[in-house]
Amino acid sequence: MTTWETVIGLEVHAQLATRTKLFCGCETTYGAAPNTQVCPVCLGYPGALPVPNARAIELAVRAGFALGSTVSRASRFARKSYFYPDLPKGYQISQMELPINEGGAVTFEGRTVALERAHLEEDAAKSTHVGSQTRVDFNRGGVPLLEIVSRPDLRSPAEAEAYLRALRSLLMTAGVNDGNLEEGSFRCDANISLRPLGSDVFGERVEIKNVNSFRFVRLALESEIARQRAVLQSGGRVERETRSWDEAAGVTRSMRGKEEAADYRYFPDPDLPALVLDEATLERWRAEVPELPAAREARWVEAGLTEYDAGVLGQHPAVARYFDAVCAATAMEPKKVANFVQGEVLGRIGTQGLEADVPVAPAALAGLLDLLAGDTIHGQAAKKVLGLMIDEGLDAATLVKREGLAQENDAEALEAQVRAVLDANPAQVTQFREGKTAVIGYFVGQVMKASRGKANPKTVKETLERLLAGE
Amino acid sequence: MTLVDHRAAVTAGATVRSLAEAALERVGDDALHAFLELDRARILADADALDRRRAAGETLPLAGVPVAIKDNLCQRGTKTTCGSRMLAEWEAPYDATVVARLRDAGALLFGKTNMDEFAMGSSTENSAFGPTRNPKDPERVPGGSSGGSAAVVGAGWVPMALGSDTGGSVRQPAAYCGVHALKPTYGRISRFGLVAFASSLDQVGPFGATAADCAALYDAIAGPDPREATSADRPVESGTAALEAGVAGLRVGVLRSTFRQSDGAVAQVVEDAARKLEAAGATLVDATVDHLDLGLDAYYLVAPAEAASNLARFDGARYGTRVSGRDLADTYRQTRALFGPEVVRRIVLGTYALSEGYADEAYVRASRARTALCRSYARTFEGVDLLLSPTAPTVAFPLGARTEDPVAMYAADVFTVPVSLAGLPASSSPAGEVGGLPVGVQLVAPPFAEARLFSAMQVFDR
Repeated sequence: MTTWETVIGLEVHAQLATRTKLFCGCETTYGAAPNTQVCPVCLGYPGALPVPNARAIELAVRAGFALGSTVSRASRFARKSYFYPDLPKGYQISQMELPINEGGAVTFEGRTVALERAHLEEDAAKSTHVGSQTRVDFNRGGVPLLEIVSRPDLRSPAEAEAYLRALRSLLMTAGVNDGNLEEGSFRCDANISLRPLGSDVFGERVEIKNVNSFRFVRLALESEIARQRAVLQSGGRVERETRSWDEAAGVTRSMRGKEEAADYRYFPDPDLPALVLDEATLERWRAEVPELPAAREARWVEAGLTEYDAGVLGQHPAVARYFDAVCAATAMEPKKVANFVQGEVLGRIGTQGLEADVPVAPAALAGLLDLLAGDTIHGQAAKKVLGLMIDEGLDAATLVKREGLAQENDAEALEAQVRAVLDANPAQVTQFREGKTAVIGYFVGQVMKASRGKANPKTVKETLERLLAGE
Repeated sequence: MTLVDHRAAVTAGATVRSLAEAALERVGDDALHAFLELDRARILADADALDRRRAAGETLPLAGVPVAIKDNLCQRGTKTTCGSRMLAEWEAPYDATVVARLRDAGALLFGKTNMDEFAMGSSTENSAFGPTRNPKDPERVPGGSSGGSAAVVGAGWVPMALGSDTGGSVRQPAAYCGVHALKPTYGRISRFGLVAFASSLDQVGPFGATAADCAALYDAIAGPDPREATSADRPVESGTAALEAGVAGLRVGVLRSTFRQSDGAVAQVVEDAARKLEAAGATLVDATVDHLDLGLDAYYLVAPAEAASNLARFDGARYGTRVSGRDLADTYRQTRALFGPEVVRRIVLGTYALSEGYADEAYVRASRARTALCRSYARTFEGVDLLLSPTAPTVAFPLGARTEDPVAMYAADVFTVPVSLAGLPASSSPAGEVGGLPVGVQLVAPPFAEARLFSAMQVFDR
């Protein structure tokens, strides 16, 4: 039996987070009524001409720097021709010979996957098939995309999935893509082939189109590997073709074969002069690339977080920035901040695009965490105070005072309370002595109750242990 | 009636309306078939509006002068057919930049003129709506593709018209109809709202009965346009201001090879025109431009390649005429069968020129030849200020004479096409006549030296 090696290359279409389209002033807002964000330019009307969106170019360049690409001083737009109703001009404005970003890499889980290129292009419109009719919504037509093409460096579906997660996080952190898979802001096509392990030539590849979640990418690739392996094991040949992922059936299905492959007749778009970028602007944009996820994660782990914590807090760049802002403002050690944020705050953060809606400002949360770190309040009280802060918008110190939640830290006073509880519960003391040490929790509870929640639970427990051991 | 006459009449108290009525009377029933749309009621209403603007104290640089518009320029409120069945009923929802600028300058938009379908042709016989006739001889073509615009000025119906020039489409018909025309430097006049034929070559160009009319129209429309990415962002020297500058001291390079390629009588008339510049103080020198002979071949690969791409949008899906078929492919096939034979020929040629396996020997090689030609012109202009040649090798040919022979038709543009490939400004002015038919002299200038062209064009009106 031959052992087969899987070879995967991914093409990601990431929507650049601009307010308007790539070549006209129409808005890019998702979910508007069909054909309400259109104009003569993006509908391909006779006589209309494209004018590049400066913001889209800036975001493409920022992405290029974040990906470690070589950003071109002079790139060109090219026309890619084919007939389809969702392509109003009969060609898509893309880039071919001189893309804006060449090369680059994505690093994740200690692995580096090299990129061919990351070029600018306009999105097509959206076709919906209703019975025998096709309806076309041109709102999406002309939206700016960055097409990021990896080298065929991936070797398993799991690796492909990890690459996509890392790339999405990178682009979001660079502020160029909102990472919204449901809205189609981040889409993936996968090229996959098998070859005998050790071979240095590629097998015939199949392109899988329109896979819209990371999990489905993995599933589609796994299903396609099984299909190709079966074909090859039985002595057959894999045909070069384009397949689509059938989510319901969990298999890929043939869309079109090699003989139907289009000749796109690329040529430089004469409506758009070479895209020339000056050094000063490029340097400014390069300098503004924020800390990227891999570096951030390393810094957090260095500060004491687990890789798991780093992964959770790094999922959304606004959450990551929030966490860093809280850490910077509090005396609490980062690992404890991470625990508190994950346990109490994360579930209350709403994200929309690249923005996050946080329940309390970083400084306010830091104020609460300082009280916790300084033993002014204990964990249970902190949760209660956080709820009040969110509801009432008041600061932690004010609420702790108003609610009388400052804990009793005085050792003598606490010892007196502990003694009182032990004296009142001789039966439980006997149980403890007989080895039922779990009953200590009962004593703690009784002391807390007697102190109306104010006693420092840690000191209470230490005192109990000392007194019970000593008597 | 020139712009000068028109202005004088207006100053003397004539209304724009009365002058418009007179122009409509001159057109009569359009015996030349030069107009595709001439909405008399709309024109008179617009004339009244211009009179009101004047009455309100507004200064109108063009004083309500009638200007005809080639039918591939978008003008709100009219059809823009491009001489094609594909757009027979299409109304543009916006004005081309040049049209908007004419409205601002107080021109009276005076009808849409006939043209070769999608500006592909040299005789206006490729119009889906029938040919236009030459105002000097109705049995001959007016040239093309802007034949309608050249004819209405040549007939004296209106003093000015807009055309478009991709490979000679304002210069050659201007020569055939005995009027002035200018093709500007690529990027000088906005293409926004000009229905594209070959985007790297297309330029809007003004026609005028006199060099002064041509300059006044140029002044009203030239200059940067933020709606076009290839628009040249540089100030415009006034053509009108340059008219009286003369040509004294200018070195005019005479392209001898083009004289040898022309009919003897045509060459003689153009020779005399050159002498006229000499008499006005210019120095004549013989000049050559290397690779000039590559022009026609390169043009007929580059222009169709861009045309095939530009015309891909006409699928009947969003605008224009749709012929519904059995399925999507059949609808495409039937709708696109509305294109006339010359347009189909160029789409096929252009598709071939860009196809995998052929692009390198066709489109890519032609683009290289184009680059070489640009460099040759630049070298030649190191020694001369203007280049002079006949605009076309012959006078206007009879209707039908070349319709069966596309290559003979293409040859009418042999002197204009290389200039377009190099993106240079060029003019055609009336040089004289051969057997009662006009002969044009073409002048070519370095990039953005349109003003120098107007100085020289004016000499031919003296």
